[in-house]
Amino acid sequence: MFTLYKTWHPIASPFDPCKPILEKTFSTPPNLYIGFQPPNLPQFSPQEALRAGTLWKAFYDPYFNPFEKAKGGLPR
Amino acid sequence: MWIYEKKLQYPVRVSTCNPTLAKYLVEQYGGADGELSAALRYLNQRYSIPDKVIGLLTDIGTEEFAHLEMIATMIYKLTKDATPEMMKAAGLGDHYAIHDNALYYANSSGVPWTASYIQAKGDPIADLYEDIAAEEKARATYQWIINLSDDPDLNDGLRFLREREIIHSQRFREAVEILKDEQGKKIFF
Amino acid sequence: MKQIPPEYYQIMEQLQTVDFVLVELTLYLDTHPDDLEAIKQFNHYAKERKTIKKAFESQFGPLLQFGNSYSGHPWNWNEPPWPWQV
Repeated sequence: MFTLYKTWHPIASPFDPCKPILEKTFSTPPNLYIGFQPPNLPQFSPQEALRAGTLWKAFYDPYFNPFEKAKGGLPR
Repeated sequence: MWIYEKKLQYPVRVSTCNPTLAKYLVEQYGGADGELSAALRYLNQRYSIPDKVIGLLTDIGTEEFAHLEMIATMIYKLTKDATPEMMKAAGLGDHYAIHDNALYYANSSGVPWTASYIQAKGDPIADLYEDIAAEEKARATYQWIINLSDDPDLNDGLRFLREREIIHSQRFREAVEILKDEQGKKIFF
Repeated sequence: MKQIPPEYYQIMEQLQTVDFVLVELTLYLDTHPDDLEAIKQFNHYAKERKTIKKAFESQFGPLLQFGNSYSGHPWNWNEPPWPWQV
């Protein structure tokens, strides 16, 4: 099992002029982990697939901006 | 030969009248990591790539034109009813001075599209790694545009396009595996 | 400027749905040419699309150019709405 996001913590200097961002996140999408796609992976229904942007659940990686976080996405 | 179908790949909706978003979206229209670059890059590389991979480059290249059309639709919807005042307020005054509300292949800073954005090295591994990189860059750009937008309908379309980049990247990675000729040793996790 | 009826959007979305499965399977089959199940699924949806295409075109005119769809009279390929207008 893999996670779709990783976090790291940039160094904050006492001389930084702006309020420091202490935690940064980056995307690590499924294509990094799945290797050559195996056959017979579980699929979405066609209607779900269109909305998801992919036919296969394993590749579904919806991106929301911080203000949208609460708003959902398809069940996996 | 290309046949055009009078249909968008995905239904595009924009619910907020906010032409400023058009300025950012244009990065995916005529920018270095945008859909035009992707389409032209793959459709051009396919002439010199091994046979096993020509179909994939043709198909993904064609799909990118469909994505280009979706971005154009988003920009069109955001700017077609914009007055010169609204264009200026959205940071699109320079664009308006040249183009009125017409679309144009430039990036979000107004720099016109150039073939320097794409490459064809003739080396299949170099070409495919460029393609994987292009897909990851496009994916990231969609993330930044989603971050800049508070229009949920627009973001739904952008999320679709970002997911397509993930799939395209996956297929190009598989193409590399095919050319490495490790078929019998396909590793499934 | 003519009004676009709700059926346009409904049938269009049905077509977009089936066509999306076909695009996904096309890309998959480009790298997995031996997957028989996927080919069967592809051909199933290729057939289904014909029905939806026909339903759409009977109401709203040709979807494809250069003879890949039939024309009405008068020539209706170049009639609005175009995809970015709906």
